[in-house]
Amino acid sequence: MRELLLCPPDYYGIEYEINPWMSRARGAEAALVQKQWEQLHATLSKLDCKVHLIAPQPGLPDMVFTANAGLTVGRKFIPSNFRHKERAGEQPFFAKWMEQRSYEVRWLPENLYFEGEGDALFSGDVLFCGYKFRSDIQSHRAVADILGCLAISVELVDPRFYHLDTCFCPLPDGGAFWFPTAFDEYGQRTIREHVSDVIDVSSEEATHFSCNAVVLGRDIVLPEGAPQLVTKLEDRGYRCHALPMSEFIKAGGACKCLVMFMPQREPVS
Amino acid sequence: MFSETIELRGHIIDSLILPKVLDQILTHGANFKITEIDVGKKRADQSFARIEVSAETSEALDELILRLRQHGAEVAKHEDAQLASAPADGVFPRDFYVTTNQQTFVRFSGKEIEVQPAMMDSAIAVDRKRGAARAVKFFDVRKGDEIVVGHQGVRVVPVQRATSRTDVFQFINTIIDADEPKSAIIRELAGELQRARASKGKIAVVVGPAIVRTGAGQHLVRLIESRYVDRLFAGNSFAAYDLERALFGTSLGISPDLAFARGGRENLVRAVNAIREAGGIAAAVQKKIVTSGIMHACIQHNVDIVLTGSIRDEGPIPGVTTDAIEAQKVMREKLTDVTHALLLATLQHSLAVASMLGPTVKTVCVDIDPSAVERAVEHQPLQSIGLVTDVEPFLRELADCLSDSRVRD
Repeated sequence: MRELLLCPPDYYGIEYEINPWMSRARGAEAALVQKQWEQLHATLSKLDCKVHLIAPQPGLPDMVFTANAGLTVGRKFIPSNFRHKERAGEQPFFAKWMEQRSYEVRWLPENLYFEGEGDALFSGDVLFCGYKFRSDIQSHRAVADILGCLAISVELVDPRFYHLDTCFCPLPDGGAFWFPTAFDEYGQRTIREHVSDVIDVSSEEATHFSCNAVVLGRDIVLPEGAPQLVTKLEDRGYRCHALPMSEFIKAGGACKCLVMFMPQREPVS
Repeated sequence: MFSETIELRGHIIDSLILPKVLDQILTHGANFKITEIDVGKKRADQSFARIEVSAETSEALDELILRLRQHGAEVAKHEDAQLASAPADGVFPRDFYVTTNQQTFVRFSGKEIEVQPAMMDSAIAVDRKRGAARAVKFFDVRKGDEIVVGHQGVRVVPVQRATSRTDVFQFINTIIDADEPKSAIIRELAGELQRARASKGKIAVVVGPAIVRTGAGQHLVRLIESRYVDRLFAGNSFAAYDLERALFGTSLGISPDLAFARGGRENLVRAVNAIREAGGIAAAVQKKIVTSGIMHACIQHNVDIVLTGSIRDEGPIPGVTTDAIEAQKVMREKLTDVTHALLLATLQHSLAVASMLGPTVKTVCVDIDPSAVERAVEHQPLQSIGLVTDVEPFLRELADCLSDSRVRD
């Protein structure tokens, strides 16, 4: 059974602006925040997985986006080195929490920015890693060294899709859905070469954060607003659970950003 | 060209990072050379590439490297050049680096600096405070000056054959022997001189007494009058012969117009005395004592005359630099902006000038002695032509070409 880490949105809010979605003038509605998060929690809980919760911390509104806490593979946990100081305070809480649960915490050199599962997603044995806006490409090499896997670095070029998990979602059958123009041409070519069946998401649906989805076997939990994508996924035999995510999209996140897999996969042999 | 070595590590092949970096180098107008590559053998193995990146300017290189760093390129650590103090005035430390006339860079404090000027058979003195490196001759070095020793941290960039235009310097053999046709080459050279003049290049002629004695002086005068000569380098005797001819119609007592005349040195010595009495060549021209000849044409057309003397010289004529070290300095200074050099019928002066020319100066050497031509052109292997011939027909044909429309542009 897959295990997931979530963080209740008790202190969530738009308190700073570190991506093009965030505007302090356009705050999140607290009641709606709570409702949308609980709906996600409830939906996931009904699926084939076990949900863990980490205690939220005051002053760290984005801690709710646990995907950026780090990357877990097998029993190894690689904590993030956040690019923005506003989020750097989250790191010790996540690292301590994982350590207390006997994960082997493997730190990256402090001078390498890396934002965890937000920029590192496995498709089969290959770890796809996004770089430029948040993670440094040099961190990918360090992650590949720790995990002993092939890490493919892809450059993100659209600031709206600043993390890999905002524009790329691998599927268990070896395919993936993605928003191609979020990548430079080399990134697009690389993904097409390594991923057997890529489903293009339209610009309109991509801006609803449709690629920011949690995939649990045949179940896909994704933000509402992507009927074309849902049809394509259902045609391939997936069950889609579309949820309202408006209050989290205001901060540049949605379903996947709110979840970290523990682990994302077993060690690559 | 300025260059820096970068290193790429990681899954740079599967991620297409290597081709991306190489493409970026080229699209920014820079060049690369992969000096080392190690491709991972197994799927998870990381690869490594060391790439020398070169760009026209230091700024362009810095900007490009900054971009490449985003894609994981790391600047390779280079060793600085090793320095040692000059043990005494005029003495280089043992094992000092001996320069060529090619563009050279030295690295210290992690940065590459171009050695100025590109001067062969010199040492490199480094001024750390000013961040400068210069080529120095023995007379120029002072005790304690920091001099580059060994080869570490020194990079030489040889002149490349130009690819933008095929000119006479690129499509013929370096030396045209006495039994080979020369008219076509001379026409091409005339075209090259026309282009040089049009593009504000600086043309230097280095001339020997044979020009005067063979009666070729009149053709050189035509070149001067048509403004194909900016600077004239010669010895005392060249000037003395020319002035003798202007004053007495002879050179070393011989009139080129008389088939069997034989003379002595008397006219030569009298000519030198007349110029000394007048106060120099320019003064003799102004006072209308000298009214013809090459020196006269130079004064009339503001050609810079650089005269340097030797032990055998009579006189010397005022204005001749007789101190050999001083003469080197003067000649070097007068050659810094020269783009084209014609070395005509003088072994000593041709070799001296050729050893001082920058690597990009286009050089033509004309001499009746094949070994003189060979020695003069070896300094500029990609930028020189040698013609083994009497200088008189060469200059006559060149002047003819430049004075009519036979020149192919």
